[in-house]
Amino acid sequence: MKKKTATPRLKKGLAQMLKGGVIMDVVNAEQARIAEKAGAVSVMALERVPSDIRKDGGVARMSDPKMIREIQKAVSIPVMAKVRIGHFVEAQILEALEVDYIDESEVLTPADEQFHVDKSKFKIPFVCGATNLGEAARRISEGAAMIRTKGEAGTGNVVEAVRHIRTINSEIAKLQRMSTAAVKKYAAEIRTPLALVEEIKKLGRLPVVNFAAGGVATPADAALLMQLGCDGVFVGSGIFKSKNPAKMARAIVEATMNFRDAKILARVSEGLGEAMKGLEIATLETKLATRGW
Amino acid sequence: MPVHKIGILAIHGDVAEHAAILRQLKLEAIEIRTKEDFKNLDGLILPGGESTTIFDLAKTYGLVSPLRKFITTPIKNLATNNPKVTPSGLQLPTVLATCAGLILLAKLKLLDVKVERNAYGRQLESFEAKVKIPAIGKKEITVAFIRAPKILSVGKSVKILAKFEDVPVLVRQGEIFGMSFHPEITSETALHKFIFKSGLKSSR
Repeated sequence: MKKKTATPRLKKGLAQMLKGGVIMDVVNAEQARIAEKAGAVSVMALERVPSDIRKDGGVARMSDPKMIREIQKAVSIPVMAKVRIGHFVEAQILEALEVDYIDESEVLTPADEQFHVDKSKFKIPFVCGATNLGEAARRISEGAAMIRTKGEAGTGNVVEAVRHIRTINSEIAKLQRMSTAAVKKYAAEIRTPLALVEEIKKLGRLPVVNFAAGGVATPADAALLMQLGCDGVFVGSGIFKSKNPAKMARAIVEATMNFRDAKILARVSEGLGEAMKGLEIATLETKLATRGW
Repeated sequence: MPVHKIGILAIHGDVAEHAAILRQLKLEAIEIRTKEDFKNLDGLILPGGESTTIFDLAKTYGLVSPLRKFITTPIKNLATNNPKVTPSGLQLPTVLATCAGLILLAKLKLLDVKVERNAYGRQLESFEAKVKIPAIGKKEITVAFIRAPKILSVGKSVKILAKFEDVPVLVRQGEIFGMSFHPEITSETALHKFIFKSGLKSSR
């Protein structure tokens, strides 16, 4: 009896196990433990949360492997980590570290202006950001096993994530009304293999798990994105930049589980203290969501 | 003919994948989020996910005792293929638990097995394999082990229905079926069919 590893089904499969859950950004083992205890289904190990990357400026890169290892030792839930767009060597390093998922992320400074990582070559599954259906489809055809909205990371402002999931939903709805000829034309337009576009049309959704990310700062934000059809939620700066991270983390987990129950949402939203400060999108110097294509 | 209602614990995890298999088998899937949802079920699925998160939220939302009560209270179980009927004519409900669900049952001592979480390794070690389950037929079925738990030992009342590399991967204790793998990720319907429908032929 033979074992097969790293099949597309296994890569997508881990994300399927995370559905309905919250994945939290953490910058050290202590935060990872707080996240796990609060009910996170996975943690994203990174050097600085997006709001600090925004504030500090400079080039943002893959995290120190030492920190990633410490986080892997600290928790039993899956550990993800980020690489720069197109930086396939950072990805090779994360594969050597045996992280459970690699996020090819616009939050870090892109390393390649032409190519994203050829993700099908890796044994570790990838998650990638998208602002619309074309972007999501291109990432999936490159081998991404999970998609998330880009949103606008580090702002504590949910408006961009909402725009992105609404765009993807309405483009899928439009695709479902297209004739065979129009589907062909659309596939060419978004530079995606026809078979994948046909599959999306048939399923009425992306063929991989699709999480919300970028700007989630409150339990209500998480529930909003769940009600808009996301399969789960990434929270970056929103937790550890709030007044009471453990309490905020727990509240967002419970809100994601009970996203349709307004009574529970009201209860978990009570007395959380200040959420992260947040930024108006129009005032941003750098829009991270425009990185990648 | 009434449709059989199978509850799926929907705290988080691959609930939709199990529901899709149930629909293919013409069984109704009911998502369980509150204790009221346990009413009028003919069977139960505990899906895959992160067992620590599921257990923790089940406690917070008061789902542990209703779950225990449901699993240990005899019902008019038409799905069962267990010939043993209690004196009342009722039987314990049928339960299918995958991966995190298996860990949950072991933790609650509803299934007498010792399991170790993530014992097959990290995602890099996740694998698909063909598994032979003599109870359901000669044909092997392809299943997925995703950061899977390992069954280290089983109690006296537990029957091993399948092994992979000499390690038990599918066990049965009365009407409870626990497995360390996922048949639903490879869209394999045979096991769900055996567990929830093999009793139906004779009784209906």
